[in-house]
Amino acid sequence: MLKASSLKASSLKDAAAIVGIAETPFAKRLDGSERSLAADVIIRACADAGIDPSEIDGLSCYTMETSDETDIAKTVGTGDLTFFAQVNYGGGAGPGCVGLLAMAIATGQCNVGVAWRSRKRGSGQRPWADAANPMRTPSMWSRPWGLLRPADEIAMLWRRYMHEYGGTRDHLANVALTVRKMANNNPNAMMHNRTLTRDDYMDARWISEPLCLYDNCLETDGALACVLVSADRAKDLAQKPVYVHAAAQGLGQQAHGMINYWSDDPLHGASWTAARRLFANSDFAPADLDVAQIYDAFTPLIPLSLEGYGFCGRGEGAAFTDNGNIDLGGTLPINTSGGGLSEAYVHGFNLINEGVRQLRGTSYNQVDGAQSALVTAGECVPTSALILRN
Amino acid sequence: MTNPHLIPQIEDIAQPFWDGCRGGELRLQRCVDTQRLMFPPRPRSPWGKRQVPEWVTVSGRGTIWSFVVPHPPLLEPFSTAAPYNVIVVALDEDPTIRLVGNLVADRDGSINAIDPNTIVIGEPVCIVFETINDEISMPRWVRA
Repeated sequence: MLKASSLKASSLKDAAAIVGIAETPFAKRLDGSERSLAADVIIRACADAGIDPSEIDGLSCYTMETSDETDIAKTVGTGDLTFFAQVNYGGGAGPGCVGLLAMAIATGQCNVGVAWRSRKRGSGQRPWADAANPMRTPSMWSRPWGLLRPADEIAMLWRRYMHEYGGTRDHLANVALTVRKMANNNPNAMMHNRTLTRDDYMDARWISEPLCLYDNCLETDGALACVLVSADRAKDLAQKPVYVHAAAQGLGQQAHGMINYWSDDPLHGASWTAARRLFANSDFAPADLDVAQIYDAFTPLIPLSLEGYGFCGRGEGAAFTDNGNIDLGGTLPINTSGGGLSEAYVHGFNLINEGVRQLRGTSYNQVDGAQSALVTAGECVPTSALILRN
Repeated sequence: MTNPHLIPQIEDIAQPFWDGCRGGELRLQRCVDTQRLMFPPRPRSPWGKRQVPEWVTVSGRGTIWSFVVPHPPLLEPFSTAAPYNVIVVALDEDPTIRLVGNLVADRDGSINAIDPNTIVIGEPVCIVFETINDEISMPRWVRA
């Protein structure tokens, strides 16, 4: 099975490159609609690449996106589109969108592809707070008992992890404090001017015990986009190319959205599935990667993802966060822009752009000589991931 | 329960589950070929010959697999009840079947009455059913 997949993947590996990125400011409230913010960042991502938007012939976005392909085409002034696709499952989608464009470019379905996410989550409604949301499987088996929010769902898993593996609040504080320091160095981060101490963390109010306020991501208005072209074309453009080396999605056979308590092994989430495919198609092993941007809607997703993507063994993800291991200078610096916890929460798209900046050498928390980066979508939902290289 | 939106809407596939609750028993699907219990309900078993599953009654006994204590912001009626407990129960017949519920002192007990500091992963519980309306009896759990 692995041999066959390697053969297929040879057409994707390093065949396409991210050549342009852009983002809006990140704030609790931005003026303009999600559609106008999307158009703005797509035009600016093209400018960053040195490509006219009229060359765009491929688009990919999240199914939760409110600005669809027809909006973008006629607003941005793309060319005629010959590839367009969306990826489901909220925060599981981002790297999957980029992976689709890389496949489309590698197989000749389009020449210039753009992925984007525009979301007014800071000033708009919290999805879980929509009481009229139809209660179908899986939410009809959890919400009626007061397990309402993603934070509650992840807290349930983390409590079990604490019981099985000895994870502690200090481990989660390691995550929250590390990415906050990254944000303190990033002038674009919402938490740029807000430091966080271990005492602040320990004294914070509960959201869903055992998770406190600082275990939860930010609420942000913002939009981001990136532009992909073939590796050949990328050589002649404005920016240093960042190649899509490998891309994978993951949906475990027993997955149920975010509620995975019904699978045989709920602590063995979608990351494990995505990682198997990702590294089968990659020249880099986990230990070879210089930096990782790991989806962090909640702090427990970091230890769970570290295990899923093979940076440590099962049950070792919490302890992996000790001793500065995930900080600059550690074994695996993570979320160097501040991530969803401290830069902006835009369904993880800021992790993609930060992965690109690391490989251009332009991060505010630059890992010296970074040559490869992991970018992941959310653990605990059907997910996706990328390995980028320069 | 005062918020009608947070009362389960009964999907056709789950009707036997809710019929069971109304009658005071926990019913789940079982794969005809492998005899494995299944949850949540679905039209076909993913195992064996992938046949239409059968409905069976199980003991309603299990152990607490994990629990959380939500605090605001929440939705009514949970905002008023907070902090309350939500537990996941692993069933005795098959611990990989895990149901979301609440630990209460008795059938009509409030979801915030038990001191969460006394809840322990692994403690045995058994099911009770709180009558909400003519259609819905909510399964909850008491200490065994």
